[in-house]
Amino acid sequence: MLSAAALGLASPRRARAAPSGPIRIGILHSLSGTMAISESTLKDVMLMLIAEQNAKGGVLGRKLEPVVVDPASNWPLFAEKARELISVDHVDVTFGCWTSVSRKSVLPVFEELNGILFYPVQYEGQECSRNVFYTGAAPNQQAIPAVDYLMSADGGGAKRFVLAGTDYVYPRTTNQILAAYLATKGVAPGDVMINYTPFGQSDWQNIVAGIKSFGSSGMKTAVVSTINGDANVPFYKELANQGIKSTDIPVMAFSVGEEELAGMNTAPLVGNLAAWNYFESIDTPANKAFIASWHKFTNNPKRVTNDPMEAHYIGFNMWVQAVERAKTTDVDTIINTMVGITQPNLTGSVATMLPNHHLTKPVLIGEIQDDGQFNTVWQTPTPVAGKAWSPYIASTKNLIGDWQKPIECGNYDVVTKTCLGRHA
Amino acid sequence: MRRRILAVRLLLACLVLAPAIARAADASISDVAAGLASPAYDDVATAVERLGVLGGPRAAPIVEALRHRDLFARSEAGQVPPPLFIRSGQSYTDALTGQSATPDPATLRPVRMNNRVRGAVASAEGMLQLASPDPGSRSLAADAIFAAHDASALPALDRAIAGEQDPRVRTRLRQARASCLLAEPTATTQDKLAAIATLKQRGGLDTLAQVGGLAVGEGPVAKAARNAIAAIDLNLRLWSFAQSIFYGLSLGSVLLLAAMGLAITFGVMGVINMAHGELVMIGAYATYVVQQQVAAHLPALAPVGILIAIPAAFAVSGGLGILIERSLIRFLYGRPLETLLATWGLSLILQQATRSLFGPTNVGVSSPAWMSGAILIGGLTITLNRLAIIVFSGLVMAALMATLRATPLGLRMRAVTQNRRMAASMGIRTPWIDALTFGLGSGVAGLAGVAVSQIDNVSPNLGQAYIIDSFMVVVFGGVGNLWGTLVGALSLGVLNKFLEPFAGAVLGKIVVLIAIIAFIQRRPRGLFPVRGRAVET
Repeated sequence: MLSAAALGLASPRRARAAPSGPIRIGILHSLSGTMAISESTLKDVMLMLIAEQNAKGGVLGRKLEPVVVDPASNWPLFAEKARELISVDHVDVTFGCWTSVSRKSVLPVFEELNGILFYPVQYEGQECSRNVFYTGAAPNQQAIPAVDYLMSADGGGAKRFVLAGTDYVYPRTTNQILAAYLATKGVAPGDVMINYTPFGQSDWQNIVAGIKSFGSSGMKTAVVSTINGDANVPFYKELANQGIKSTDIPVMAFSVGEEELAGMNTAPLVGNLAAWNYFESIDTPANKAFIASWHKFTNNPKRVTNDPMEAHYIGFNMWVQAVERAKTTDVDTIINTMVGITQPNLTGSVATMLPNHHLTKPVLIGEIQDDGQFNTVWQTPTPVAGKAWSPYIASTKNLIGDWQKPIECGNYDVVTKTCLGRHA
Repeated sequence: MRRRILAVRLLLACLVLAPAIARAADASISDVAAGLASPAYDDVATAVERLGVLGGPRAAPIVEALRHRDLFARSEAGQVPPPLFIRSGQSYTDALTGQSATPDPATLRPVRMNNRVRGAVASAEGMLQLASPDPGSRSLAADAIFAAHDASALPALDRAIAGEQDPRVRTRLRQARASCLLAEPTATTQDKLAAIATLKQRGGLDTLAQVGGLAVGEGPVAKAARNAIAAIDLNLRLWSFAQSIFYGLSLGSVLLLAAMGLAITFGVMGVINMAHGELVMIGAYATYVVQQQVAAHLPALAPVGILIAIPAAFAVSGGLGILIERSLIRFLYGRPLETLLATWGLSLILQQATRSLFGPTNVGVSSPAWMSGAILIGGLTITLNRLAIIVFSGLVMAALMATLRATPLGLRMRAVTQNRRMAASMGIRTPWIDALTFGLGSGVAGLAGVAVSQIDNVSPNLGQAYIIDSFMVVVFGGVGNLWGTLVGALSLGVLNKFLEPFAGAVLGKIVVLIAIIAFIQRRPRGLFPVRGRAVET
């Protein structure tokens, strides 16, 4: 037991020094518990990407070997499993996490043990770690353009907003940013209703009735929903049952994608909106090929693809490029090589890794159709650069993240020209 | 522009100049076609609205096809009017002539659709339905125009009102006309005041929305609007009280269904069954499987698939309950801590087994048409799925009561739980009664699963959402008392729904929980404690 522990402590350096043998890739997604519904798909897509890369001969002539662990939707277990991946399994890179709380839980581990995490989900921003690459959308790549669309003529010219969310860090931070943003657009505080519900809320009668009466003031009202995965089905069912149509009060969702719609009868939802950086329905050759290989890999022609899957696709291919360019899997070298790498995304534009470890992404607004797919009704003409820190929140408006020399700081104040450091 | 075309058309119609009408209609329909083929949503929406005003034999199929996203434009430019095609199955017809056509599908793109266009489609369909021979359709058409309240509908409405015989439809049409009038910027003050008076009589939230826009500023119109709003608002507030009671009863009935099975296994038998939620979940999955099978093999029975699922879910969960009792719980009687841990472990096993079998994602249980939508009674919105669940939980409660009170099995169950040794010496096979009682409680949990599948996600995690609430209800109502469970569930439901608007969903739950803790402190045996010697021992 003691010797095993000693080995565990001693071996990371040895493992990283060894140039031969397979390159190990950690996959840190919940395969059981509440989040399995979303995360197990991402495990599958990583296995597919790794298998495809191996079929092409691996990277640097070495095979890739996935190391799958199950953090079981248990946030402290995420940190334990991350530690295990880096110090026991000696993985060179990790792809994982979904909820912000799981990312916050593993963040100190990746910083302490100097690992690399690719985080594929849209999130609330206000974070910029040297050890994390955020391949999902920052708020300015999803929430802000979505609200802009709702206020535009095509989106119905909304003047009143319901910000409905599940009660945890992502919706709270996003709604804080949105409320500040709406205030700058001249929306009075009385025209914004903020509502939080617990995880897995199933009884929406009162809340939907509240939305209905809030929307009856004569001003066009829209709902911006950061309601998380599971609770959406009863929410949309209640909207349909109470006769709220997308033409009256449209719902713009940030967490509802193809995967969530797969378990739902979407006929009553037609016309409700979602903002993402990828839709399965986007008609490009790259996307068609990706969907075809996904169907082949899962052996199920009905499996849908979604935005976080594309994020892993981009992140994985960027990492492969970085390793091939640097000719090593050494963590510090890879972190420095990653910035500036470009990778064509699946929707016809190009993703660039920015100095703040976020990506450039196109923003798409889609309407739900009765086949459970999205019809793109609006998109940004060019990809939008992700901003880690929100310019609409007073305490962070001067901050930027830049992990290149000479700044090398995740929270650099451009006014005082100082780095706030880890404990800011 | 729209109104002028209409006026021209009307004039010509009066003169009975058929060829001229055809020409005028042709000219405008080609304009409409250009709008529909446009990439800008604005143009498409305007074109659809004009189509509704124009009418004619081709308008209805075009609007209908657009709604189903079966309307296509050819993407190459230059042709006037641009060719439009309606798809039905694999074949196409020319949208403007109605003749069949064979365009190359690769060159077609669907006419663009978003919420603006969808709103225009609804109002155009309303306009086209105004002349329908069926009074029901005309009434719905009036409501659609009311919802869209577009001033361009006014002339058509005037015509429809003049020709309408049915007094109820005429009222609807007048209300629709009033709403359109408020949207017309050139309407006179007098007209607007009359419109507000008409709408005040109609009442309701949607009316409030339309009058609300006029209530700002000074002048007689704003004043009348404010008066109307105050009147409608008071009315709505009274109804919203009744509505909250309905919401509370419906939440209470779900709690009741989930807790009833537990009232048997925990309340009557004293088994702390942490896997109770999973038995609910398995009932929901049984509903899913039955629905899939019915849809695959007996599609004619699909609307009543949910009814077939009721006995199936009861049998599956009940059978599993008996299996659990025989193989696990009977070894743990009188050891509550071990039972708690063992059933907790069992709940994890059942969850993961379901996940392996059906996958981690939600499965879609559809609601039959007769359980979707809502009926309006005055200002009350009664959603049908909730109403069905209230009725269902009442029936299950009655059936359970009858089983316990009036059947030999019920008599033996009560005998065994009250005095096991006495019952055994009277010749009752107590182990079998234990198994059957546990099976009954589990079967009722399965029935709860059928109901829950209609309002909640069916996923392996479903049970976890209900286990805590179920225990709360049983303990609050009084362990061992079914009436207590009934009153406990309904009062918790109503309390929760009255608190929610003030405190919010999260705080509301916390307040309810604290209230229960305080209550249990005062009365540890709950609302309706079971009394008697059996309890004391």
